[in-house]
Amino acid sequence: MLDFPRWKQVWYWALTLLCVAAAVPSLYSIGSAPWPDFLPKPMVNLGLDLAGGSHILLEADPSQVSRQRIENMEESVRSRVRQAEPAIRIGDISSRDGRLSFMVENPAQVDMTRELILPLTTGAGLTGQRDWDIKVEDGSRFVLTPTKAGIDLAVGQAMETATEVVRKRIDALGTREPTIIRQGNDRIVVQVPGLKDPAALKSLLGQTAKLEFKLVDTTASPTDIAQGIAPPGSEIVPYANAQDARGGVAAIAVKRLGGIKGDTLTDARQSNESQTNQPVVSITFDQQGGAKFAKLTTENVNKPFAIILDGKVLSAPNINEPILGGSAQISGSFTVETANQLAISLRSGALPVDLKVIEERTVGPDLGADSIQKGLVAMLVGTLALAAFIIATYGRFGVYACLALIINMLMILGVMAIANTTLTLPGIAGFVLTIGAAVDANVLINERIREERARGRRVVQSVEMGYKEASRAIFDANITNVIAAVLMFLFGSGPIRGFAIVLMIGIVTSVFTAVTMTRMWAANWLRRARPTDLVL
Amino acid sequence: MKLLKLIPDNTNIHFLKWRVPFYTVSLLLMAASIALVAVKGLNLGVDFVGGQMIRVTFEQTPAAPVAELREQVGALGFGEPTIQEFGKPNEISIRMKLPEGSEDKPELAEQMARKITTAIRAAHPDARIDGVDSVSGKVSSELFTTGMLALGLAMLGISIYIWVRFEWQFGVGALFALIHDVTLTIGLFALTQMEFDLNIVAAVLTLIGYSLNDNIVVYDRVRENLKKYRRMPMPELLDLSVNETLSRTVVTSLSLLITLVSLLLFGPDVIFGFTAAITLGIFVGTYSSIYMATPILIWLKVNAGSFVPTETEIDRQERLARER
Repeated sequence: MLDFPRWKQVWYWALTLLCVAAAVPSLYSIGSAPWPDFLPKPMVNLGLDLAGGSHILLEADPSQVSRQRIENMEESVRSRVRQAEPAIRIGDISSRDGRLSFMVENPAQVDMTRELILPLTTGAGLTGQRDWDIKVEDGSRFVLTPTKAGIDLAVGQAMETATEVVRKRIDALGTREPTIIRQGNDRIVVQVPGLKDPAALKSLLGQTAKLEFKLVDTTASPTDIAQGIAPPGSEIVPYANAQDARGGVAAIAVKRLGGIKGDTLTDARQSNESQTNQPVVSITFDQQGGAKFAKLTTENVNKPFAIILDGKVLSAPNINEPILGGSAQISGSFTVETANQLAISLRSGALPVDLKVIEERTVGPDLGADSIQKGLVAMLVGTLALAAFIIATYGRFGVYACLALIINMLMILGVMAIANTTLTLPGIAGFVLTIGAAVDANVLINERIREERARGRRVVQSVEMGYKEASRAIFDANITNVIAAVLMFLFGSGPIRGFAIVLMIGIVTSVFTAVTMTRMWAANWLRRARPTDLVL
Repeated sequence: MKLLKLIPDNTNIHFLKWRVPFYTVSLLLMAASIALVAVKGLNLGVDFVGGQMIRVTFEQTPAAPVAELREQVGALGFGEPTIQEFGKPNEISIRMKLPEGSEDKPELAEQMARKITTAIRAAHPDARIDGVDSVSGKVSSELFTTGMLALGLAMLGISIYIWVRFEWQFGVGALFALIHDVTLTIGLFALTQMEFDLNIVAAVLTLIGYSLNDNIVVYDRVRENLKKYRRMPMPELLDLSVNETLSRTVVTSLSLLITLVSLLLFGPDVIFGFTAAITLGIFVGTYSSIYMATPILIWLKVNAGSFVPTETEIDRQERLARER
């Protein structure tokens, strides 16, 4: 037990020094002095609860994806049956209640219709399920419902694009070192350090930015609009700002078909309207979009058209003359800020799915700095007081224990830096638990040595027995902690995981320092001094 | 040099003489804790019920205008806020749970936080927003499930390991002691209505870790003594084991208390509740390893036959010396 060949000692010290050295850059940076660039730089990242910053969890709203799919399906079905030979006439089309239903006028054509529609669906997921469920009710009524597997698949695909869009928008804000991670099928985690007020960020991320231009249906009477009744082929869209409304009704009827979508933009900038100096957003279409826009405006001179953003009307100006240059201005009740925000959103593209903030945790930088400073002071005072107590209780062996403890703390930091992990407040709790466990190991050993001495064993034999007999309990205690830590890491969330990571690292380093290193020092001392009695 | 010795050698305190009264009291306390949780309920934080909490510091005034804030936030129509001091009189937290029937509005928590922050900023220019937490109902129920799952599985996993390493009776004893610790801690949270959030779950996990350390040290000594003194009656043997490890128990607990008290006195305000829970847990954990985990071995009929003794060279010399 007390046999330590030289090569083993060299290895132990090398390992210790490596880990401690890895902790140096992190400690250095607390003093806020920059670490020289030419040196390797392993760093412990401080969690947002310590460093200050925002953690935002976004989730896709599947209902919108489902609605969109039904709308697209309606268009596909319409064009299929129109092009069929012989033509199939369908009627009573409804896309409400999360499903698409229609009647085939000639019941003899039901099978043929099914043949036509089937290729519009594809397999989704591993179970062989399809993305649409097709049923025929009452002989001739088709009911198409998007299946959950299909919606999940669509959400998943949309989220891939959404993550990119989110990244572009955050970059446009100029925030430093953001972390954007897709989580599960329908979530995105955004972490931005050191942000004082995340409100701008959140409203930017929450904006779907789906831009549409649709013709206003001037045949609708204001009373019908107020009651939500739209003429056939039109729909009612509310105004974004009630004060923009015409004639006291905060909504407008627009034609469902024949509009232009805003996904053909090449640029969007905030600018000022030349006459009124109001903030507006100038947009530029790509060639295809520009041509469509020119056609729409040429055919509808002197008619109003609505600019719709995320299902709300921004404004409904008159088309005074054809707009042929492929660029236009969007007016609405903007401030410079909101116009700028919309420009960023339009530039980065529309989100293919609505995102909602379902969790936010923001810590102001002042509070974070306060926590770090107080945490360090408490750690320092606690360690000093603990060292005094342990040395007073165990003398020389207490000194070994304290040395081991300090090395242990540095090693935990070092390993965390090498593994590039993040230290959070619960992580500090894990730190405290580890220190407790490490001290306990030395207490167990030293008490056992005392006992063995009291039974009349010789010095060397007592030390040997002390380490041997105490090791069993230390081993069992640490294994149980490892079991707990691994389970916490696997099944816990956020804070509990941060705790578990530090605990796992700490268990390994504390066994190494509190058992192996102190035993080596004790062995060296015994060999060198050959004591006949122990002060313990 | 004279070293500090808190516990004299060869103590012989009859801890287990009081096992029945202590067990009775503990069982009653556990029942009371469960009843308290059932009747008063836990003051669950926004982590677990959803809602928002913001922390505000008023930089220009010595004390936060609590009554005024209560009115301003209440006027937003989300319900009555809970306003608490947070360290200093000018630092407060404003907490608000999700209103009933908001399951299908995942963005509500964030909107509440945003409106409240805006209102406070507008009315009090010197208000510094130090932190915003908003958790939707969906996320909070996930956090609750995963937190409790992690806690339960950790306890179960530990007990299974102890069963494998020792005997099934020890596993049952450890599990019972852990349940005792957790129940009493949660009972205390129900009694004081202190906020119970994810950080407190981490505190309970830490407490389990400490308590378990104690259990294992005593159990390890029991196992050793069972091999050594094969004819000693169980109560006596358990008393001996507890006494032999008493000095270690005291020194370790004191060491931990030193670190924890310094965290309580000098540490960040944010983890005060957390540290307080662990400090309390040290006492509960030490008590439970002596009075909950140990006597149960008598009732579960552990005996020397549970372990096959293995005699080491040193043990043999010792035995020969005794026989001589």
